[in-house]
Amino acid sequence: MTVITGSTPVKPGREWNIGWTDIGPFLALLALLLIGFMVNPDFLSTTNLGNVITRSAFIAIIAVGATFVISSGGLDLSVGSMAAFITGITIMFMNTLAPGFGTWAIPAGMVVAIAAGLLCGLLNGLIVTIGKIEPFIATLGTMGIFRALITYMTDGGTIPIDRSLREAYRPVYFGSFVGIPIPILISIVVAAVASLILYKMKYGRRCAAVGANEDVARYSGISIVRTRTIAYVIQGVCVAIAAICYIPRLGAATPTTGLLWELQVITSVVIGGTALRGGKGHIWGTMAGAVILELIANLMVLSNFVSEYLVSGVQGVIIIIAMLIQRFSK
Amino acid sequence: MSQSDDLVCRPVLRAEGLSKQYGPVTVLSEVTLDILPGEIHAIIGENGAGKSTFMRLLSGYAEPTAGTVSLAGEEVTFLKPEQAQKAGIVLVHQEILLADGLTVAENLFLGRELMRRGLADDRTMRRLAAEKLSELGCLVSPNALVRDISLADRQLVQIARALLDDYKLVIFDEPTAVLTGEEVERLLGIILQLKDQGAAVLYISHRLDEVQRFADKVTVLRDGKMVGTFPGHTLSQMEMARLMVGRDLAALYPEKSGELIGEVILSVQNLAVPGYAKDISFKAHKGEILGFAGMIGAGRTEVFEGIMGLRPATGTVELNGRTLDVRSPRAGMDAGIGYLTEDRKGKGLLLQERLAPNLTLSALGRFHPGLLMHRRREQTALVDAVDEYDIRLKSFGVNAGQLSGGNQQKLLLAKVLLTNPSVVVIDEPTRGIDIANKAQIYSFIQRLVGEGKACIVISSEMQELIGVCDRILVMREGRITGEVAGDTMTEHNIALLAAGGATATADQGGRP
Repeated sequence: MTVITGSTPVKPGREWNIGWTDIGPFLALLALLLIGFMVNPDFLSTTNLGNVITRSAFIAIIAVGATFVISSGGLDLSVGSMAAFITGITIMFMNTLAPGFGTWAIPAGMVVAIAAGLLCGLLNGLIVTIGKIEPFIATLGTMGIFRALITYMTDGGTIPIDRSLREAYRPVYFGSFVGIPIPILISIVVAAVASLILYKMKYGRRCAAVGANEDVARYSGISIVRTRTIAYVIQGVCVAIAAICYIPRLGAATPTTGLLWELQVITSVVIGGTALRGGKGHIWGTMAGAVILELIANLMVLSNFVSEYLVSGVQGVIIIIAMLIQRFSK
Repeated sequence: MSQSDDLVCRPVLRAEGLSKQYGPVTVLSEVTLDILPGEIHAIIGENGAGKSTFMRLLSGYAEPTAGTVSLAGEEVTFLKPEQAQKAGIVLVHQEILLADGLTVAENLFLGRELMRRGLADDRTMRRLAAEKLSELGCLVSPNALVRDISLADRQLVQIARALLDDYKLVIFDEPTAVLTGEEVERLLGIILQLKDQGAAVLYISHRLDEVQRFADKVTVLRDGKMVGTFPGHTLSQMEMARLMVGRDLAALYPEKSGELIGEVILSVQNLAVPGYAKDISFKAHKGEILGFAGMIGAGRTEVFEGIMGLRPATGTVELNGRTLDVRSPRAGMDAGIGYLTEDRKGKGLLLQERLAPNLTLSALGRFHPGLLMHRRREQTALVDAVDEYDIRLKSFGVNAGQLSGGNQQKLLLAKVLLTNPSVVVIDEPTRGIDIANKAQIYSFIQRLVGEGKACIVISSEMQELIGVCDRILVMREGRITGEVAGDTMTEHNIALLAAGGATATADQGGRP
């Protein structure tokens, strides 16, 4: 064993030590693009790719939040229902304000959406941390609650957004800035802020420590309750941002909005390289994971080999393969 | 396990030129030894000397790259632990490897359940389990859940599990690392019993006093090579240590400098930790090394976890004359108490994480001047810590889990000291650490009190406490039963107070 003493100069910068878990998702993404091009050259067209990535943006934004929750050792099954619930509240609020305040109802509604997300996340977090309920059970409960609330609010039907707001709100989903669709930009900004928090701030260290080993974190003076709760709050805010982008797409809230999103979100996080049992989170891997899921669906639609009814099946196979790679790459 | 007479003098097991390489690294080279029936053969060596590797080769957990193992004169190759077990070589692991949620009997027969007409024969298994356990002097019920029984009993269950099949050679891997006083004696009794039955025992331990007491032969390993095999009674502990390290050790314990002791830093009055400790009052002084002795379960760890805010506690804690209201570990650290847990791997360090994030985890506030973490400052802190505490590492990029036990302990010490405590509590400072690192840890403790801190050492090794501490408080069943210092600081006195001698029991009725 060589002994390194303090006199050895140490590079102050980061140490690049890249494993399969880090680059795996991006290699898979690249491979998928290649396969897509071979199957159908139109696949790589800017229009098609733009559409696919735009569609994946909601899942990506929510999955960024889920990366925090999962990294801290938690789980959130309620994100899909929460997204629907927030969509409902926001539309109802905007519609109420629209006659008096015109298009000002839109930014006001966005603020309400964020606040609602924050509170929903806080609720989940407190049930898990203060209530000491298993995350799976706690969020299974709130998943049912949020879903019931949106069904009740819509009376089983739909709440369309007020006609006067539709045009003004449209660009948030359909618009683009320097050629890049707005949802993609938003998801990139969300991911950038998230990776700043997770990798460069004190909170990120705590989050990963709590997820990797709760006892070590506790004995290091880190508050488990606060760290986990904040992760759920971040998740709630991410869901709200996704909901804000989603509203103009359909222009309405329905009881089936965001159905089964939680599964896609968890899949994205896991194939992105974050371990489901907690520990280090991989924000950009998660982003790649979300795009991969949407690309697969798109690829199956474009090709004639496999029926598109099998999309979830293929996604299921992907998640299992991703987990196997993680297991055997150690 | 009686052996027929003509076999008595033939070795149960012979290892010849046994070697193991992992890639280019040789971890064991050319180890040759005979183990006779009815013999206790101790293997000693520093961490990394190859003890564990040797044991793994014998018991089928790894395959040798060169050399042979012969059993009763016949050469054998074990590809799997099960094969070694069938041949009569059983291994008692150092860690407790039992399923918490199953009963004692279920654990004993886990993976080899007795069947009757296609169904598990629980009745017979319970009966056999009870028999085997009582043979070992363990009184737990076969129906008790493993999670409900004490650590010492779990150890016995584990031993019973190993001894369930026929055995010719029993290998113990540091079996006493987690045990204290009486429990160790009980275990040593069991080992002697095995010896009397004619089984061969291979005994791997850090505790040289045990080795000296009852090993018939001692084989010393150093850096993967055999230093030699010696008759047990001919070696003193100091000689064993010298053979292990390969040079003369300066005295293991640093000189005590009692004159440094100053005013009271920490004063604890009537502390109670519900379920664990009551009526705890004591003072620690500047420059003092205060020991806490007692058996496992006496409540020593819990007292300090209570003081640190790691578990609920009531009572008055004063630090530097200020009364503390410690509700969380953070508050305890901020107030100036540092606590090194006894469970280094489970509660002290993130084994999968790099060294720098481990080092700074308790003191993140010092490493972010603005909103963001200051990585260069963290790296500098790591380089300083590696230098100051002589942490040996292959590269700065390794994970904490890749360090040896001693170096992990040094890293943990550096981590706690980053919070700049005025009282440092070290729980089992040298558990599972080799002798050279032990000596270093003791010198660090001495240095800390030299800087005017108070240091509290909780340990189950009485020699360690006597060697290091200025004063020792002894606990039993959640209370402080006495104090020893100076001339009264003897193993005998401590054991008396820890086990509840006549005087200590009388004290409990009325207050002195």
